Amino acid sequence: MTTLLDALVAFLIVLGGAFALIGSWGLARLPSLMTRLHGPTKATTLGVGGILLASMAWFPLHSQEWSSHELLITLFLFLSAPISANMIAKSYIHRRFRRYSAPEDVETELPAPPGEGTDWATFGSSKFDDTRTGRS
Amino acid sequence: MHRLLPHPGLSGMLLVMWMIVFNSLNLGVAVLGLVFAVLVPLFSAPFWPERARLRMGLPLVRYVFLVLYDIVVANFQVARLILFKRNKDLRPAWLSIPLELQSAEAITVLAGTISLTPGTVSVDISTDARHLLVHALHTDDPDGEIAQIKQRYERRLMEIFA
Repeated sequence: MTTLLDALVAFLIVLGGAFALIGSWGLARLPSLMTRLHGPTKATTLGVGGILLASMAWFPLHSQEWSSHELLITLFLFLSAPISANMIAKSYIHRRFRRYSAPEDVETELPAPPGEGTDWATFGSSKFDDTRTGRS
Repeated sequence: MHRLLPHPGLSGMLLVMWMIVFNSLNLGVAVLGLVFAVLVPLFSAPFWPERARLRMGLPLVRYVFLVLYDIVVANFQVARLILFKRNKDLRPAWLSIPLELQSAEAITVLAGTISLTPGTVSVDISTDARHLLVHALHTDDPDGEIAQIKQRYERRLMEIFA
């Protein structure tokens, strides 16, 4: 039984390590910032996830002490990964596709949102900005 | 009761998090956690003037498991793209997803889900909050991708955030 579980733990660690490696490899070889962003946000989630699951299985087995901290790490990872990816992407489009400061630099790759007088919130202000702070 | 516990969901979550941080079911830990679970929502109330209505129930549980499953699948897909797709065959695309969801909380959950699942990262929202800008790592069919996101996640979120 213990051997079986140890094999499972070993499998999870190898899987996690492989995904972390693939994510980093993607970061190194993909051609542009936006595509590179995909490696760390996803491949790494399962990489860290696999290692956390292994840790949750191994410690009760060998030192009879169950730790719940892995759950918290997973939760915080799921909260922080999309947000940091979003911030990097926003600052990237802000620098790359300037709409207001230098109109001659406007690039056409980024589609504008359909609809009259709207733009992406990075170039203007979102409707949620004033509903959350101004109005009472 | 309502004045003491303005946000029971938040209080419950704080208590559970507190117990997990201390990794124990000790009574003392629970009492101190309970004190914080009551105090934190009271003092942070000015920061959430209007609050999202969330339906607790089966659709929410199903959504969580769907997303977890998709994260695993997404990892294999992205890993395959990274390992076997040459850069010149890669077709990244910007997608602009029309939103039917209204509340900021629901859109945030959708954006987070998109970032964690198959080859897509959410980037920005339009100023009128009716479109979401998403970047896809590789897609042959941008419209199909948009339809799939709407069908798979947004429709379910509309049931959850009523």
